[in-house]
Amino acid sequence: MARVIVDVMLKPEILDPQGQAIARALPRLGFAGVSAVRQGKRFEVDLEGPADDAALAEVRKMAETLLANPVIEDFTLRVAE
Amino acid sequence: MSGARVGVVTFPGTLDDQDAARAVRLAGAEAVPLWHADHDLKGVDAVFLPGGFSYGDYLRCGAISRFAPLMEELIPAARAGLPVLGTCNGFQILCEAHLLPGALTRNAGLHYVCRDQKLRFENVDTPWTSDYAPGQEVVIPVKHGEGRFVANETTITGLEANGQVVLRYVGNPNGSLNDIAGIRNEAGNVIGLMPHPEHAVEELTGAPGTDGLGFFTSIMKALVNA
Repeated sequence: MARVIVDVMLKPEILDPQGQAIARALPRLGFAGVSAVRQGKRFEVDLEGPADDAALAEVRKMAETLLANPVIEDFTLRVAE
Repeated sequence: MSGARVGVVTFPGTLDDQDAARAVRLAGAEAVPLWHADHDLKGVDAVFLPGGFSYGDYLRCGAISRFAPLMEELIPAARAGLPVLGTCNGFQILCEAHLLPGALTRNAGLHYVCRDQKLRFENVDTPWTSDYAPGQEVVIPVKHGEGRFVANETTITGLEANGQVVLRYVGNPNGSLNDIAGIRNEAGNVIGLMPHPEHAVEELTGAPGTDGLGFFTSIMKALVNA
């Protein structure tokens, strides 16, 4: 059994007002030196079998179809240690 | 009396289906309830995708609804020319289903916006908007937290060049690119808009008037004359 992690982020050119709100809140909480924050989503996909090439291709398809909206989001896959 | 039948889709979490059905009836057409879990469009002549929070807006607004059994029938039918109007969550579903370009994202100001919104018609060459005139200004309610229309530059340029922008905000409530409030597909049979014409069809409750009724009288005429 393996776990594949899919990280989904808004494309860099898409405004992320939630990230901006977080960035604005940080100095008020005493955290200095942050120039920007972008907020994304992380999916942990547990596979019944090993994370081989075929399984990873299938997760990639899942990400393109459902987990991310390719119109506004990019995603990356990695196998969890 | 007319024979024009407009389907109104209900997903789990849809809110505005009853108002939409009422608006369809006010315009003189028959409102046919369509259920998300059915593989059945019941032979309707047009489909209204109402607003709400289908599937709780889980993942992204419209992302789950887009794979509902009913959508498996609706998507090919829309591609084949069936008139489809999506408002608010319906617009989000149409974008997620790639029947319309672009996407609806979190409002720029992060606030949920609920107000009577001034709008201007741009291109009215669709079966849902023939009773309006280009340049006409109307007031129709908006109520959404994720209505900021975005698309890449090529798409926006294409929408503008092809006359696919149907409605623009006069006073942008959510940061939508080019003040876009509603668009249509290239063929013109599928439109999506964030405002709610179904909430502006009666003097008594249609705050502040009946500016939304034209969408329903337009489709009625389009179907009767078809």
